[in-house]
Amino acid sequence: MVKKKDLSNGLPDPTPLVEEILAKYPTKIAKKRKKSMLANDPNEDQEIQANVRTIPGIITQRGCTYAGCKGVVLGPTRDIINLVHGPIGCSFYAWLTRRNQTHAEEGEDNFIPYSFSTDMQDENIVFGGEAKLKDAIREAMTLFNPKAIGIFSTCPVGLIGDDVHAVAREMKAETGINIFGFSCEGYRGVSQSAGHHIANNGVFKHVVGLNDRERSGKYQINLLGEYNIGGDAFELERLFEEAGITLLSTFSGNSTIKSMEYSHTADFNLVMCHRSINYIAEMMEVKYGIPWTKVNFIGADSSAKALRKVADFYDDPELTAKVEEIIAREMKKVKKVIDAIKPKTEGKTAMMFVGGSRAHHYQDLFKELGVTTVSAGYEFAHRDDYEGRKVIPNIKIDADSRNIEEIEVKKDEALFRDDLVAKKAEKEKAGYAFSDYEGMMPEMDKNSLVLDDVNHWETEKLIEFYKPDVFCAGIKEKYVVQKLGVPLKQLHSYDYGGPYAGFEGAINFYKEMDRMLGTSIWKLVDAPWKAEPEIVGSFTINE
Amino acid sequence: MLLRHTTDKVLERKALTVNPAKTCQPVGAMYAALGVHGCLPHSHGSQGCCSYHRSALTRHYKEPVMAATSSFTEGSSVFGGQANLLQGITTIFKVYEPDIIAVHSTCLSETIGDDLGQIVAKARAEGKVPEGKHVIQAPTPSYVGSHVTGYANMLEGIVKYFANKTDKLVNQINLLSGWVEPSDMRELKRMMKMMKVNNVLLPDTSDVLDTPMTGKYEMYPKGGTTIPEIVSMGDSLHTLALGEWATDKAAKALDNQCKVNFTIEDLPIGLQATDRFISTLSKVAGVSVVEEINDERGRLVDLITDMHQYFYGKRVALFGDPDQLIPLTEFLLDLDMKPVYIVSGTPGKAFEKRMSSLLSERCPEAKFKNGPSADTFLMHQWIKEEGVDLIIGNTYGKYIARDEKTPFVRMGFPIIDRVGHSYFSTLGYMGGIRILEKILSAVMDHEDATCAEEKFELVM
Repeated sequence: MVKKKDLSNGLPDPTPLVEEILAKYPTKIAKKRKKSMLANDPNEDQEIQANVRTIPGIITQRGCTYAGCKGVVLGPTRDIINLVHGPIGCSFYAWLTRRNQTHAEEGEDNFIPYSFSTDMQDENIVFGGEAKLKDAIREAMTLFNPKAIGIFSTCPVGLIGDDVHAVAREMKAETGINIFGFSCEGYRGVSQSAGHHIANNGVFKHVVGLNDRERSGKYQINLLGEYNIGGDAFELERLFEEAGITLLSTFSGNSTIKSMEYSHTADFNLVMCHRSINYIAEMMEVKYGIPWTKVNFIGADSSAKALRKVADFYDDPELTAKVEEIIAREMKKVKKVIDAIKPKTEGKTAMMFVGGSRAHHYQDLFKELGVTTVSAGYEFAHRDDYEGRKVIPNIKIDADSRNIEEIEVKKDEALFRDDLVAKKAEKEKAGYAFSDYEGMMPEMDKNSLVLDDVNHWETEKLIEFYKPDVFCAGIKEKYVVQKLGVPLKQLHSYDYGGPYAGFEGAINFYKEMDRMLGTSIWKLVDAPWKAEPEIVGSFTINE
Repeated sequence: MLLRHTTDKVLERKALTVNPAKTCQPVGAMYAALGVHGCLPHSHGSQGCCSYHRSALTRHYKEPVMAATSSFTEGSSVFGGQANLLQGITTIFKVYEPDIIAVHSTCLSETIGDDLGQIVAKARAEGKVPEGKHVIQAPTPSYVGSHVTGYANMLEGIVKYFANKTDKLVNQINLLSGWVEPSDMRELKRMMKMMKVNNVLLPDTSDVLDTPMTGKYEMYPKGGTTIPEIVSMGDSLHTLALGEWATDKAAKALDNQCKVNFTIEDLPIGLQATDRFISTLSKVAGVSVVEEINDERGRLVDLITDMHQYFYGKRVALFGDPDQLIPLTEFLLDLDMKPVYIVSGTPGKAFEKRMSSLLSERCPEAKFKNGPSADTFLMHQWIKEEGVDLIIGNTYGKYIARDEKTPFVRMGFPIIDRVGHSYFSTLGYMGGIRILEKILSAVMDHEDATCAEEKFELVM
């Protein structure tokens, strides 16, 4: 079993570890990987290399653009048919494997338990698949009569020249429902991230602003970049409802297409997952004047802070009082649990390598437990998620990501909210932070090791060096890390638990860490006779 | 209802697949390659495929599943992925040090026409493959066949590369196991040991995808068929290939390349398929059937006679892969059950032929279909028309089972919400007993949970 590192004098300098990692690589690769790892210093402006192509053969944990577009952003919307145009695999693997929960009343559409595919065959590759795609849409109409259909392109679609956008236009005219296509072929960009961007563009062009809604409620907000994994969004819906805040639309946990259509009528956008949805936040501000702010509902203190941010924006004593009442009540419940658990978790260490936002968000939860994050990184985040949005003007888009469409958004003269612009200006003067995200690195300890696009070799070395008490990552890493004697918490699927957002979520997470960090089995890995001198038997069975 | 949009109105579909009863080729190739000792699978395509396939296998086994990828970008998709694969090979041998890299393709690299053989030859010519190390390849276009096809292609790739005929015949038979679980591989080896037949089992994922917890991580676990074993397959007495879809190509390749005669049998699932397996094994290996095998067979028959009343006449819907479905259907018929609905997403004309010959007399009302649009949506629609007493299939069947309040037995790939498949075999007579135990438990648990209180039984 692994022995723990002494951190009483702060985190150790990880330079020897980095050197050891790099020594194994061919020279060119070592040079490249070096730029993606650094010893953090929260007081310095440090630059990390991120959002660059993956090294072939390195055993990355990254996925593709299709996964980022269909799997992440559009997948959770329950009442549209997500039709995957391609061979069967892409549709099969994204079938119910992300835990986007949804609650559809009886009689409402819910297509989440279904997987729809054109199941391309070799003749479709040779002669093109547009005719089959059209037929598949017609069959979907007859069988399911959906409100809208999204078409998702997979690798071969772009190569053989099928035009999903033309098919979408044609079928939209034929069926009378909203049909839109996404060029989210797996090879575009360098990771899931390109898929987020493509999904944001498509949703903004084809869905947002399609419908108006009678204004009801004094405080109308959208929650962007929250996908209701394990019921996270349910917990946040509960809090908003009690506070009297109208949640118009969530992008896209527990969402409907209609809610996205009228999302432009909100006063304020809250951004949870900055990486996947900041594009829509920006575009909504340009077109409709809706300001946005970054929030984090992971962690009890963070949740309280996020709720106060909303109350602060509206600056209405009634809302402020209600929010404070909720926080006081919830924090009482939280405190009871944390008082029981923290003595057991204080001083332990964690590391986390998760997608594009949780590697940062969950550090707040660990802080509340007195657990230090010794190393962290993202699979596919960009420099702004590491270093903060202030570096955006300096980010160079490289050749691999240049072809991801940037759409031109203009002010909507009829719907633009000058009142919100004025409100934003006034609040900003008072020090309110809009359109900002400080990134992960400024909030991490000195000398914590930050690594982008971590691979298998690096994971093994990190564990050997830090011997963490818990490792947070995904399903591909889980059993590797646990074989090494370190418990792994999946922060994509929550190991089938959750919610972890909000106050209830924080309590769930504390209890889960209590279980994981205190479990007996790790002490029983070695058989008792391994510790004793070997006995050479004198009583043997005759063969 | 979970599947609230599924109605009993069956519409003939030619383009739309809903809730498939198959997945794509490369995951099968990845699985087959993991059954070779010291082998790292490599996916030549964009990295999403590789992540999905590793995740699918990991969720099924709750074990590490390693594979590398060429990580195509848009540039390589236009200009070809040669540079990616060459760099990949160099990186893998330097950093991860496998004995073998087993490369499979995806719809991306197949559509652009990358020639794996040519790229691998170039890697060799340029000295990118270290002395004593190997790179093998198999084309696995996702738009042809299914995951089973991918398994078959990689298995063929492995024997083609390694199997070698010398002058010396080796007193062993080749056993090509088809896509079965590590537990099944173990059971096959146990039966071979009982029958005292020397053999090479290929692939062999036992001790690879069911490894013990020791506090150490072994990237290349002790299991897997070794290179010398695979090489020696060219000198074996005979090849016994289990499951036509998965092993036919490899058996034929061994015959063509090394003149090893082969027999293809069904996977030994259930009574009669196991009988045929044992009989054939006894003939090709020239050994008599041992008493322990007769005892195991007798125990299975005993269980069937004891419990026949609970099997008789029960209507069953099943979905999965042809190699499993054919002997399983036969087994259900031997129990006097009625396998009324059978679907497999995997294409192949032999399926319909085998199913008709099994079912036309013993269960004439049965509906069965395979290939594109033979999906679990169709099977569910059939169930809506007229219900069943039992559903057998992979984890995705649980949605139908819950909606239709029908007992459900998990068999096939993937099973991602229960354990057991990697530890307890469903092959051979002992595996038959396990299948029956699972069926009986499902049926009786359902009866216990739903019957009227006055009908609740202590003894069943």
